Amino acid sequence: MSQRAPFYLPSGLPTPLPEPDGLSAPYWGGLRENRLLVQRCAECRTWQFGAEWICHHCHALDPDWVEVEPRGRIFSWERVWHPSHTALTGYGPYLAVLVELPQAGAVRMIGNLLGDPMQEFAFGEEVVGQFEHHADGTIPFTLLHWKRIS
Amino acid sequence: MTARTLRGRIAIVGIGETEYFRHGGSPDAEFKLALKAILAACADAGIDPREIDGFSSYSDDRNEASRLAAALGTHRLRSATMQWGGGGGGCCAAVANAAAAIAAGLADCVVVFRALAQGQYGRFGQADGIATISGEKAYLMPYGVLAPPQRFAMRMRRYMHDHGITQDALRAIALASYHHAQANPRAVMFGKPLDAAKYDASRWIVEPFHLYDCCMENDGAAALVLVAADRAHELRHAPVYLLGAATGSGHRAGAIPHNAPDYASAGFATVAPELYRMAKVGPSDVGVVQAYENFTGGVVMALAEHGFFAPEQANEFLTRDNLIAPSGRLPLNTSGGNLAECYMHGFELVLEAVRQVRGVSVNQAPRNDVALVIGGPMVTPASSLLLGSEATL
Repeated sequence: MSQRAPFYLPSGLPTPLPEPDGLSAPYWGGLRENRLLVQRCAECRTWQFGAEWICHHCHALDPDWVEVEPRGRIFSWERVWHPSHTALTGYGPYLAVLVELPQAGAVRMIGNLLGDPMQEFAFGEEVVGQFEHHADGTIPFTLLHWKRIS
Repeated sequence: MTARTLRGRIAIVGIGETEYFRHGGSPDAEFKLALKAILAACADAGIDPREIDGFSSYSDDRNEASRLAAALGTHRLRSATMQWGGGGGGCCAAVANAAAAIAAGLADCVVVFRALAQGQYGRFGQADGIATISGEKAYLMPYGVLAPPQRFAMRMRRYMHDHGITQDALRAIALASYHHAQANPRAVMFGKPLDAAKYDASRWIVEPFHLYDCCMENDGAAALVLVAADRAHELRHAPVYLLGAATGSGHRAGAIPHNAPDYASAGFATVAPELYRMAKVGPSDVGVVQAYENFTGGVVMALAEHGFFAPEQANEFLTRDNLIAPSGRLPLNTSGGNLAECYMHGFELVLEAVRQVRGVSVNQAPRNDVALVIGGPMVTPASSLLLGSEATL
């Protein structure tokens, strides 16, 4: 099976939004501009993801947002068959991966692994990010997927 | 100052549950299910429900203490505790919180309960009807990581990779649960046996979880009654004592999304040692275990973290024959549990542990002086509970 167009998953899944207090707004705004932003404490240089109002290491408030290269390693994965949402009925399987970013304190993020959902790959395999823009809805948003390098 | 412990100070004196239904199968409203289970638990104890002066639950149970107290006409309400978060990880913590209230003199007779009508309020396994999403789920749901099966499969996949766990270990847990359910008329899967071939042929929900690795979704309610140990002998049944309780999670277990440092784990690394310390027993003293199965994989991790085997020994330890009563090395989920009795959010497991210590389970374990309940693998906070007979005090 080839990569599905235009989006990896069908539309109709919940649209991601920053919290009303704006905590993760820089992250979601960054994705819209093809930039991956991750929190890094200006005081102690500790990386942090997802967003929080405080550095978990030194307790400095309002950690900086730093742009990082969207490259990582597959830390874990799953192949999903059962549709837990009507938008996915008759669609699966699809691959979700947990990607670790060594260049950003090994923070992890979830995305889909682009390509054949039955492809085989290894733990630790390198992946590169790919931005998927959903510009048409009432609330535009961008997702970050992953693609194997090899 | 006396030692700060619950050991031997609190007794479970009554248990009760409604009929258990498939999701959507209850003819009764969820609140009525809660009332029925509480009345049954009080009747089992021989206590007038008006004497209840505390309620304890978890996972944002909708059936609020004040409404229950008003509906039951209790003389007064003194304790109303809700364990934050953690889904089924609160099923033992709710008992611990109730026991702590009694031990501290804040209440005398506390009901712990869980009532759930997934047919009336929406299923845990479906994520429809959400237009926008913020917070943790915003990092997950747009990628199809929507419901608990997808939220937990990655943890187990990593654990299997780290420790060489095979699918057969997961299968053994499902087979033992279904085996036990065939002797349990309360079980939703009573009369619906499972064998290895049927498991292997079942569809994937999300790898590595087949259909039979996943808990059911049900309607029903279950409750138990707690009093101070010095009052327990006046009541109908031989008291079942709390030996130990522990709840919580390790360093940054709640770091979203999937950023917990100890990711490939059930979350008991800090909890289990506290449990055994309070109970003054060790894993080898435990004769029977009820371990919360959101998914079979979580049971593998939870049993290892409670000291029954090293992760590398899981494949060898976790066989169907080792896990069934009465002959198995460690009878597990002897009512059928969340997989095959009823997904009462794990509370049915606590009731079954009480039956085991009383010696009245339909799948009675031969060593039943010390029974372990484990609540909510892979969530935070998690919790676990050790119950014991009078002989263990």
